[in-house]
Parts: sequence; C-alpha cells; structure tokens
Amino acid sequence: MSRETAHTTLPLERLRADFPLIHGQMNGKPLVFLDSAASSQKPEAVIRSIDTYYRTLNANVHRGVYRLSQEATAAYEEGRKEAAAFLNAASESEIILLRGATEGINLVASSFSRALIKPGDEILITAMEHHSNIVPWQLACEYAGAKLKVVPMTDDGELRMDEFERLLTEKVKMVAVVHVSNTLGTINPVKEIISRAHQMNIPVLVDGCQAAPHMEIDVQSLDADFYTFSGHKIFGPTGIGVLYGKESWLDRLPPYHGGGEMIATCSFERTTYAELPHKFEAGTPNIAGGVGLAAAIRYIRSIGFDAIHNHEQALLDYASVRLLEIPDLKIFGTAPEKASLISFLVDGLHPFDIGTLLDQQGIAVRTGHHCTQPIMERFSIPGTVRASFSVYNTLEDIDRLTDGLKKAITLLS
Amino acid sequence: MAEHINDIQDSIIGEFELFDEWLDKYQYIIDLGKELPLIEEDEKIDERLISGCQSRVWLKAEHVDSKLIFSADSDAIITKGIIALLIRVLSQQPPSDIINANLYFIDRIGLNDHLSPTRANGLLQMVNQMKRYGIAYTQD
Repeated sequence: MSRETAHTTLPLERLRADFPLIHGQMNGKPLVFLDSAASSQKPEAVIRSIDTYYRTLNANVHRGVYRLSQEATAAYEEGRKEAAAFLNAASESEIILLRGATEGINLVASSFSRALIKPGDEILITAMEHHSNIVPWQLACEYAGAKLKVVPMTDDGELRMDEFERLLTEKVKMVAVVHVSNTLGTINPVKEIISRAHQMNIPVLVDGCQAAPHMEIDVQSLDADFYTFSGHKIFGPTGIGVLYGKESWLDRLPPYHGGGEMIATCSFERTTYAELPHKFEAGTPNIAGGVGLAAAIRYIRSIGFDAIHNHEQALLDYASVRLLEIPDLKIFGTAPEKASLISFLVDGLHPFDIGTLLDQQGIAVRTGHHCTQPIMERFSIPGTVRASFSVYNTLEDIDRLTDGLKKAITLLS
Repeated sequence: MAEHINDIQDSIIGEFELFDEWLDKYQYIIDLGKELPLIEEDEKIDERLISGCQSRVWLKAEHVDSKLIFSADSDAIITKGIIALLIRVLSQQPPSDIINANLYFIDRIGLNDHLSPTRANGLLQMVNQMKRYGIAYTQD
C-alpha cells in the first residue's frame, strides 16, 4: 500500500478555501474556529461526496441485485478500503465500520467481558483516558467481576511508565490506552506499551481519536491488537467510525450487536454469523458516512501528514509563545511530544467565563472537563480552556485568540 | 415596601437597552456580580449547590418578615452576575410572589438567546431552585 505524502508545506490559502464554514461569522464577528479536537470542519470534497451519494447513488447496501445497490455498496465499501489503507491494516476484513470510536471501544469491552475475562482478572487503563475509554471498561469489569487498574501520570501529563511496568501483571487481560490525550495533547509511547504488553501475551486497544487527524498510523508497525478512531475528527461526517482489530482477535470475539447483515443463516433453532467484518456490523450501516469517510481520507492523503504535521507544530509553537505572554496563564499538558492542542487556565478565572467572552468575540474554544473528569481531579481544577488547531488554522487565528483572551481577562478583573 | 417584581424586571430591561454590543452587556453583568449578596464561606455546603451548571453555584434562602432573602456565590464571575440579576428580581419578596413570578426579563434582554444550552440550563435550575424555596417557605 503506497503511503506517499504530497508536499511538506501546506498550500494554506487554497486549503482554507476548501472549508466553507470557517469563513462565516459567530456573534457578528469573523469566526475563529479553535475546537477541531471536538469535531473538525469539513472540506467541500467531503460535503459533496455525501450530497452526490444521496442524489445519485442512494440504495441499501450488500443485499441488492440491481446495479444501483451495487454502486451504493461499492461507494460505501470505499470507506472500508480507505480506512484499511489509512491504518495500513493487513486486510480489509480487519476494519469494522461503526458509529464512532466510542462504539468500537464498547464493542471490544463488551465482547471481551462476555468471553475472555474472568473474576479476579484486571483491565489496565491510564489516568488520562477519555470517558469513552473508561466507562466501557468499568461496565466490562462489573459484568465479569474484574478490576480496573489505572496507570498514573506526571505533573507534565506524561504516563508513569515505571508504574505501567509495575501494574502490568499476569492478571491483566487487556490494556486500553489513548494514543493522544484530547485534554493534554500528550502523545503516548503506544508502540513501547504494546511491545511490553505483548511480552506477557496481553492485548492492547488504542484510542486513536486525537492521533488520526495529526499523524500517520501504521497498525502493523505498532502491532496494535485494536485501534479506533472517529470519522468526524478527521474531516469526515459524524456517525461513522473505525475499529481495527487483528483478524485473530476479531475471530475469537463473540458478536456485539445482533441483527440483519451480521448473519450467515438465521432460524429460530440456530443462527450462524457472517464472516469478518460483517459479523460486527448489524443493521443498515451509515452508508453516507462510509462515503464521506472515504472522501475525508482521500482529502488528507492529498495534503500529506508531513505538511499537516509541520503546519500544526508551527501553530502549536506560536500559540505556546503567545499565550505565555499572558500573566498567570498556566498550560496543562507539557509533555515534550504533543499534538496541536493547548489546555490552559488563567489564575483566578473560571474557564467558563473565559470561554463565554471569547465566544462573544467570535472565537470558538472548548471549556470544561473535556470528558476527562479524572484529569481535572488529578490537577484539582474545575476544567480548562482548550484551543485545538487543524490544517485550516492560521497564525492570525492565534493572534485573535491571544488578543481576545487579553480582552476577556480585562473584563473579568 | 419592596419594589414589585415586574417593576424590577422592567428597570433591568431598560438598563440593558443602553448597550448595543453583547460584550458590553456582559461587562455590565460582570459588574452586577460584584453587588451579589454573598453567602458565607462556611455556608457553601453541597446541599446548597445548584446542579446543571458548568460552574459551581451555591444558593441560600432565609425567611425574614414573611419575605425570602437570597444570598449566593459562584466560582465563575459571569455566573455571579446572572444570579445577582435573579436575586435583584426575586429577593426581598413574599414566597407566593416568587412562586408566581414570570421572569420575562431573561428573554427580553436576550439572555436566553445568548446563553449556551449548558448555561441556559443552569439559569433554569437557579430559577427553579429559588421558586422551590418559595414553595418550601409558603405559609399554609
């Protein structure tokens, strides 16, 4: 599978023209969108692909004998094909298309808890997980009588690898770890984590939601057992996500949801299940979502991760410098390897107040716990303000953010 | 004799009409928050927390001379301002008036439109809690 990158510098103005929404206004001011970590904006190519699907290709997939349904199926399966290439999966059967990464994690946790986890076993996660990579495992532990263990982190927001070593015992039946923290930006050493876990025959699930927009992922090189990401964070539509699982694991796991499409034969006496990947894809899928996902992945490939990375790191570096002009501003998440997002607080000011006044100036950031309440507890803070950057952001956006922040702070003093 | 609830609401509407820009309205809300009758630190117990807010809000009600006196605090400044507005309207009023109050000023100053769903929900919870105090203190 070829993985060329187009160029190492971003054609920024041309690229920004691809995204209709960023040129609009918010509260009467030009929009500065700094919340791509929550959901990215969509390029024309993705929007058009969905529009075209519904205008010219729409039909149910996988079952029809007529040409239109075959064309719809092919368009949908492009999503799977592109996802397999995106992750460098060994086979398309290892790509399960679902509603999102959260569903993928729930699938693995649920199926594991029903088949492969016994009372007294342990599941190991980390202190910087998103709720979507905590709660499914809590449910699994409750169901199976297992214990949840948590790898702590340093004040910089890095995993305590010494504690990881200590907690990785033969009782552990699964390690679930976030690749890139949505709150702290920390890039975790997942390859090392997987390698260590595999020495003890322990599988690893990686939550790649915040990695997929920013870096090349090679699941074979990582040797990940499971890897998930959501389409809407990589310029694709909402309601579509990818669970990659090694064929050997997916074959062992029992089905998650039952229904049409995932059966081979169905009778009241006995039902047999479909082959991979369909065994885990019950019901009519998000067909338009699969089409949009394919278009999004193709769009990313046309830019190339080298260019994306260079651009986003430049934004991150510039933002880090400009934000630190502000007295009493503290950045949360200061690992040496970070993705392009910054969580911060201004001493004495509630993030909600800052976010509200930035909103009034047309600047969209996220405030609160970012679905990582344990991180907030770890740092004893009510929440943070998070600015996250994508390919369509500019240095001027960061200037607007800094000026807007200074204005907000003045109003709040 | 305390001002009638609707007269207070009308005054507030008049004050907000002086501002064109929402940033200025927020500045005004922030300033109003500085006049919030504050609850004592040791009275900020969990039972007085209002749920449904992204920031923390404590609300206390006292029944004095057949009127309810409210005091409150929040760890967010804009929230303090919003609750100061509510207290300006509903405090020092008989419980029955509080229960029956139609708080039209919230819409008329555009606050409902401008608040995010989370904050609008928080505002609703604050109003509901104040009315609940009214119900609790109503004489049979």
